[in-house]
Amino acid sequence: MYSYVLKRLLSAIAVLFGASLLVFVLVINSGDPLQELRESNAENVEFLIQQRIAFMNLDEPWYSRYWIWLTGIAGCAVGACDFGTNMSGQDVGAMVANSASSTLRLVFIATILSIIIGILTGIVTAIRQYSSLDYAVSFFVFLFFSLPVFWAAVLAKDWMGITYNNWLREPQFSWTQIIIVAVVAAILVPLIIGGSTRRRLLTGAAMFGFVLVVMPLMDSLNYALEPRLGPAVITLLGIGLAFGLTALLSGLKNRRVLYSALTVVGIGLVSYYATFWLLIEPPGGWLTVIGLFLVTIAVAVLVGRTMGGHAKGQAVAVSVITAALFAVMVLLDHFMRAWPGFLGMKPRPIATIGSSSPNFSGDFWEVALDQGTQLVLPTTILMLVSVATYTRYTRSSMLEAVNQDYIRTARAKGVNERTVVFKHAFRNSMIPLTTIVAFDFAGLIGGAVVVEQVFGWSGMGNMFVTGLSNSDPAPVMAFTLITGAAAVLFNLIADLMYAVLDPRIRV
Amino acid sequence: MSQPTPPIPPEDVRSAAEVEDAKLASAQRSYSQGQLVRKRFFAHKPAVVSMAVLVFIILLSVSSIGFSGQGTGWWSKSFSATGLTVDGGRPTMFNAAFLGEHPFGQDSIGRDYFAMVMRGTQQSLLVALGVALSSTFLGVLVGALAGYFRGWIEAVLMRITDVVIVVPLLALAAVFGAYAQGLPGGTLTLALFIGLATWTGTARLVRAEILSLREKEYVAAAIAMGAHPARIILKHMLPNSIGVIVVNATFAIAAAILLETTLSYLGFGVQPPETSLGALIQDNQNAFTTRPWLFWFPGLFIIAIALSVNFIGDGLRDAIDPRQKRSGANRPGWRTAFGLLGRATAEERSGKQVSELSGGPTQMQPPAGMTDHGPDFGHDPTDEKRDS
Repeated sequence: MYSYVLKRLLSAIAVLFGASLLVFVLVINSGDPLQELRESNAENVEFLIQQRIAFMNLDEPWYSRYWIWLTGIAGCAVGACDFGTNMSGQDVGAMVANSASSTLRLVFIATILSIIIGILTGIVTAIRQYSSLDYAVSFFVFLFFSLPVFWAAVLAKDWMGITYNNWLREPQFSWTQIIIVAVVAAILVPLIIGGSTRRRLLTGAAMFGFVLVVMPLMDSLNYALEPRLGPAVITLLGIGLAFGLTALLSGLKNRRVLYSALTVVGIGLVSYYATFWLLIEPPGGWLTVIGLFLVTIAVAVLVGRTMGGHAKGQAVAVSVITAALFAVMVLLDHFMRAWPGFLGMKPRPIATIGSSSPNFSGDFWEVALDQGTQLVLPTTILMLVSVATYTRYTRSSMLEAVNQDYIRTARAKGVNERTVVFKHAFRNSMIPLTTIVAFDFAGLIGGAVVVEQVFGWSGMGNMFVTGLSNSDPAPVMAFTLITGAAAVLFNLIADLMYAVLDPRIRV
Repeated sequence: MSQPTPPIPPEDVRSAAEVEDAKLASAQRSYSQGQLVRKRFFAHKPAVVSMAVLVFIILLSVSSIGFSGQGTGWWSKSFSATGLTVDGGRPTMFNAAFLGEHPFGQDSIGRDYFAMVMRGTQQSLLVALGVALSSTFLGVLVGALAGYFRGWIEAVLMRITDVVIVVPLLALAAVFGAYAQGLPGGTLTLALFIGLATWTGTARLVRAEILSLREKEYVAAAIAMGAHPARIILKHMLPNSIGVIVVNATFAIAAAILLETTLSYLGFGVQPPETSLGALIQDNQNAFTTRPWLFWFPGLFIIAIALSVNFIGDGLRDAIDPRQKRSGANRPGWRTAFGLLGRATAEERSGKQVSELSGGPTQMQPPAGMTDHGPDFGHDPTDEKRDS
C-alpha cells in the first residue's frame, strides 16, 4: 500500500508540474503587464517600469522565469517555500497566508454541508422513487444545474440578506407568514415521511397545528432577538435524538443501543454544566472547542463499546451521532447566548460584502458569529450546485444498489427494510460517491472564485482573478498549485477510501 | 428487425427497455434504430417542450436583430446604438399593447435592451456551440486514440488529460479565455480555446467506450481482414459509441453556456464592444434595486437555455440508451405519487422494486464532471395505464 501511495504521489507531482508549465506559459502570454505603466503620465514612470521588470523578472526569457518560480516552489521540500512576488512586489506567500483561511473556511463548510444535505436528500428521493417529492427534488436539481451562480448570488443578497436584516428591525411574524409556513410544513413533512393516505393526512394536520402553536410562541418570546435553548430543551431534544437514531439505525427493540444513547445524553447534560463557564470565554478559541468535541466523540465510543454488548457496532454508531448532534446543540446554545450582544454591535447581521466585518472586535463567540453571518450567503450559493450533484449521484447510486442481487437476497432472508436500506444499499452506494466528493471539492474551489468576486471577499479566488487580469503569473500560479494539490490529495484519499469501503479492491 | 419477437415477460418483472420493446412489438411493425430513438425521444415530454423552447429562443435571437446585430432583422434597433432614455428605461412590454418601443427597457445610456439581450443570446449560444463542438472533437480524438492503440500512446494521452483535469475547470477556462483575448477572431477563437479546457470528460468517456468495443468480434474480424486503424475507428467503433458521444455533447452545451456566462462575468469571456448574457449581468448587477429588469432578462435567458438543453440531453439519453433509464414498469401515476392511491409505503414500494429485473447490467461510468449523469425525468408509457 505504501508503494502504491508513493507511486501515486510521484505521478501527481509530475502532473502538477505539467499543469503549472501550461498555466504559466498561457498567463505570461495573455497580455502585457507593463501596458498601464506605458500609458501612465506619472513622473517616475521610468523608475516604475524598471521596478516592475525587476519584480516580475521580465528581463529574463520565459523558461528562465519559470525556472525561477519552480526553484522557489521546490524550496517547499525543505520548508522554505517561495511563491515569488507579484507585479507590485508583494510576497505572494504572505498573500496566500492571508487569503487562504477565508477561502478554505468557505469551501470546507460548503463541502461538508452539501455532502450531508445532498446525501440525505438523495437517500430519501431514492427510497421514495417516483413520489411527488422525488419529482420536485428532481426539478430543483435541474434548476440548480442550470442556474448561473453569480446571478443567483445577487438575488440571494437582496432576497435573503437584506430582507432578513429589515425584518430583524421589527421581528414579528404576520399571520399570513405563519399560515404559509404551516401549509408548507403540512405538505412537505408527510411527503418525506410517507405512509398510507390516512397517516399522511394525520402527519400533515399535526404539522399544521404544531407550526400554528410554535411560531406565535416564538414571537411572544422575542426569539429572533433573544434566542435560547437552555438545558431543558437540549435534554429533551437529546432524548428525542437518542430514540430517533436508535429507531432509525437499529430499532427500538435493541435496548442496549437505546440505553447507551441515553447514557450519552446524560453525560452530555452533565458536561453541559461542567463546561459552561469554560466555554463562556474558551482559552485557545477554536482549539479548545474542537478538543472538547473530540473528547465527546471518544466518550461516546467508549460508552457504545462498554454498553453495546452484542450490538457494539450499532451502539457506537448511534452514540457517536447522538453525541455529535448533542455537542452541536450545546454549541448552538452558546451562540444563542451571545446573539443579543452581537446584535447590539452589528444590528444588520447578514452581510453581503466581505469575509468579516472591518474593525469588528468582540469576544470569541461574537467574532465567530460575525464570521458566521458573513458566511451564510456565500455558502448557500456555493452549495446549490454541489447539493444538486450529491443528491443526483446518491439517488442514482442508491437505485443502482437497490436493484442488485444481494439486496434481493437480504430481503428474501427476512432482513428488515431499515437494515436493507442503511446497511446493504447505502454502504454499497457510498463507493462511487467517494469519487464525486473528490471531484466536487476541486469544483467548489473553482466556484469559490465566482462567489468571492460577487461577495467582495479578498480570498484566493480574488487573488487569482486580479493576477490573471494583470497577466501577473505569481498569484495565478500559487492558486493553481494549491487547488491542484488539493485535487490530487482528495483523489488519493478517494482511492484509499475505495479500498476501505470495498474490501475486494486492493491498493 | 426481422428477428422473431422475444417472449414478453409478465408485466411486473419487465424493465423499461422491455416495456418499450413490448409496446413496439404489439404495433406489428418493425422500426430501424433511428426510428426507435426518435420515437422514444418524442415520447419524452419535457425534452420535446424544451426542444421547442430552445428553437424558439434561437429563432428569436437570430431573426430579430440578424447576424450582424445592427437591426438587419425584424427588430430595427441596434444593440450598440445609444439613444434617449424613455421613462427611466422601463420595459414597455408590460403596459404597451404589443411589445412597445423598448420591450425589455433601456440601459443607462439608452441602448435598447431587447437588442442587447438578443445579441448576448446569440453570442452565448455561439460560444456554447463552439465549445461543445471543439471539446467533443478533441475528446473523441484523444479518447479514441488512447482506447484503440493502448500502450505508450494511451499513457501519454491520459497523462495529458490528467494535467488538464488537475486545474479547476473554471480557473483553466479563465486562463485560456484571457489568452484568447489577445488573438484575432473574437468569439469563435474564444469558443475554441475554452474547448481546450473542457474536453477531458469526453475523452475519458470515449476511451472507456472504445476499450469495451475493442473486445467485440466485428472489430477482431475487421483487424483480421487487414482494415486500417482509421477505418476501424471511424467505421466500426465511433458509430457504435455515437449515443454516448451525442448525449455527452448535449450536456456539454449546457455546461458551456454556464461556463461562458461565468467567464464573461469575471471579465475573461466575450470582450466589449461585443456583449454576452454574462457580460450584461456583470454590467448591471449593481442596478438590481433601481432597475431590476436589466438584471432579470439576461438571467432568465441563461436559465431558459441551460434548463432546456439539460432536458433535451436527458431525453436523448433515455432515447438512445433506455437501459440507463431506471424506470421500470412499476412507475406509479400521479395519484399514487401523491399518496392518494394505496401501495405507497416504503416497504411495499421497495418490495416491488425487487421484482423489477433491470434490463441488463447498467454499468456505472466513472464520473466525468457532473454533466455525465444529468438528472433523469423520464416519461413512461405505462403512466396512463396506471392512472386509469
